Amino acid sequence: MNSMVAVITSTVFAATPLIYAALGETVTEKAGMLNLGVEGMMLVGAVTGFAVGIKTGSLTLGLIAAAIAGIAMSLIFAVLTLSLQTNQVATGLALTLFGIGFSAFVGHDYAGMPIPSLPDLHLPGLTDLPVIGPLLFNYDVMVYLCIPLIFAVQWFLTRSHAGLKMRAIGESPSVAHSIGYPVLAVRYYAVMFGGASAGLAGAYLSLAQTPMWVEGMTAGKGWIALALVVFGTWKPLRVVLGALLFGGVTVMQLHAQGFGFSIPSEFLSMLPYVATIVVLVLICRNPKTILLNQPASLGRNFHPTA
Amino acid sequence: MMIRSILKLAVLVFSAVASLAATSVVNAAEPLKIAFVYLGPVGDGGWTFQHNQGRLAVEKALGDKVKTTYVENVPETADAERVIRQLAVDGNKLIFTTSFGYMDPTLKVAKLFPKTYFEHATGYKTAPNLATYQTRFYEGAYLLGVIAGKMTKTNTLGFVGSFPIPEVIRNINAYTMGARSVNPNIKTKVIWVNTWYDPGKERQAAETLVAQGADMLAQNTDSPAVVQVAEEKKVHAFGWDSDMAQYGPHAELTANTENWGVYYIREAKRVLDGTWKPGETHWGIKEGMVVLKPLNPAVPPEVAKLFEAKMKAIVDGTLIPFSGPLKDSTGIEKLAKGAVMPLSDLMAINWYVEGVDGTIPK
Repeated sequence: MNSMVAVITSTVFAATPLIYAALGETVTEKAGMLNLGVEGMMLVGAVTGFAVGIKTGSLTLGLIAAAIAGIAMSLIFAVLTLSLQTNQVATGLALTLFGIGFSAFVGHDYAGMPIPSLPDLHLPGLTDLPVIGPLLFNYDVMVYLCIPLIFAVQWFLTRSHAGLKMRAIGESPSVAHSIGYPVLAVRYYAVMFGGASAGLAGAYLSLAQTPMWVEGMTAGKGWIALALVVFGTWKPLRVVLGALLFGGVTVMQLHAQGFGFSIPSEFLSMLPYVATIVVLVLICRNPKTILLNQPASLGRNFHPTA
Repeated sequence: MMIRSILKLAVLVFSAVASLAATSVVNAAEPLKIAFVYLGPVGDGGWTFQHNQGRLAVEKALGDKVKTTYVENVPETADAERVIRQLAVDGNKLIFTTSFGYMDPTLKVAKLFPKTYFEHATGYKTAPNLATYQTRFYEGAYLLGVIAGKMTKTNTLGFVGSFPIPEVIRNINAYTMGARSVNPNIKTKVIWVNTWYDPGKERQAAETLVAQGADMLAQNTDSPAVVQVAEEKKVHAFGWDSDMAQYGPHAELTANTENWGVYYIREAKRVLDGTWKPGETHWGIKEGMVVLKPLNPAVPPEVAKLFEAKMKAIVDGTLIPFSGPLKDSTGIEKLAKGAVMPLSDLMAINWYVEGVDGTIPK
């Protein structure tokens, strides 16, 4: 029983940064923008959150600064691709490379510094309950904030006027433009939302999951978030499911090893990727679902005067 | 006609390059250029950080006589060969490649640059201009095990492994043997994460070990995440490669660290004197290449005394960790009483000693 609780709580911790990053990228992509710079934005968010947390002593300020840093990074991408019409794939990759180098440069003096971890919730009475306490009432604030965010994104994309407008732009910017929608402005906002989420995801790593700054600490999580968006067919709830699944299988294979199952560890390391892909492909095995959900103009630039 | 002019041009370019190369060799007043190839970032707080400390020690000891450079984050792929070759082309006369996976690329480049000295860490292939070096790090791992075996309350030790290669298996075995030498009831649980460096995954592995009852953690991965988990879960852990006490002031009991500087300085001096020669260097606690940090006050005095005694025995050679009687984890005798494991077997070890849980993933 304790093991089960440990598996589930570890899964939630592992999935949280992926959920933030992937939800942000979902919104970005729904507006037709393919930003491959998630890994770079996460790293800059991680180092900024950590540095501000250390300097001010306030982790809340650290989180806010990380979101702002993520937005700043995403604005580089937005200005280049939206205002200067550069290629989105190349610009996104460049943003990741820039983020890796820049975060290492800025973070040089912060390596090896300890920082208190984001505190876990403690509700007297509730948190101390066996099983239910650790399962429900013992996470940090970012985990709890994740839940309204998931539903807000889902509601925004499917029920809100602004969200539908944004999706129209993602499908066909020229049509949206011809009926008077501000294509570039909306795409700017969508990219910035993605940046803020990626920044928070990065700060979650450096302030909560492993409260420290080490270079390259995202270790590829930005790329996993990008893949989750595609395999979750741009649907927020499926993307979240994918993140939980990925985190869950990662944690479970570690537990299986601890119990002495003799399975090649290379295979176990592969398992989270395979399981996530298989499950998400099964969910949307109808090719039409993918076609219907993929923003038709994803990755294509739009020039209003053209 | 055309072909002849192209040939002429080629000869011209070639002689220009050759004369450039010649001048750089002739000019003896120039400092010795030394290059380091790193697997991770210098700020990883572990393996690469420690090599970089060694580089800084060389600079400090030899001052103007040397000029060092490094390339970090070099993957163990074809990229490594490209980086090493470039460093040789740039005129570095002594090149240290600091990860096991650089072995074949280093050997390849060494053959192309016979006048450059190469040094490869933790490998087993040498050449007339390629030496290998590594620590007897398992000596430190054995001593960590002594503390763990004495202080564990659950009789379960945890170990986060990177890849199931001899270097790591040797450390797991030594850790277990050290613990069993003072407490035959312990067992070691091992979790492989299949990466040298992924703080998130190292953390999850450590959480798993704690959830399964381990209260003494050690790791052969490169970030301080495991020590951090131990601090949070109020169990104990050991620093690995670097001192990690700042991440777990209560959790870290001591740290098993490398001091590469002593070796790097010696090799640089040998190149300067013209006495460099290839070989395989294995240095341990005695030579000062393996250093254990002062014990945390949480270690009871009688355990500390035992630790000191065992360390002294290792230094003066009366205690050799891999000696008989020794059984593997399935109970088969591997070494008879009094026998010492030959170096070649030790370098290729691929089985767990008695006391390690499970089997090595194949």
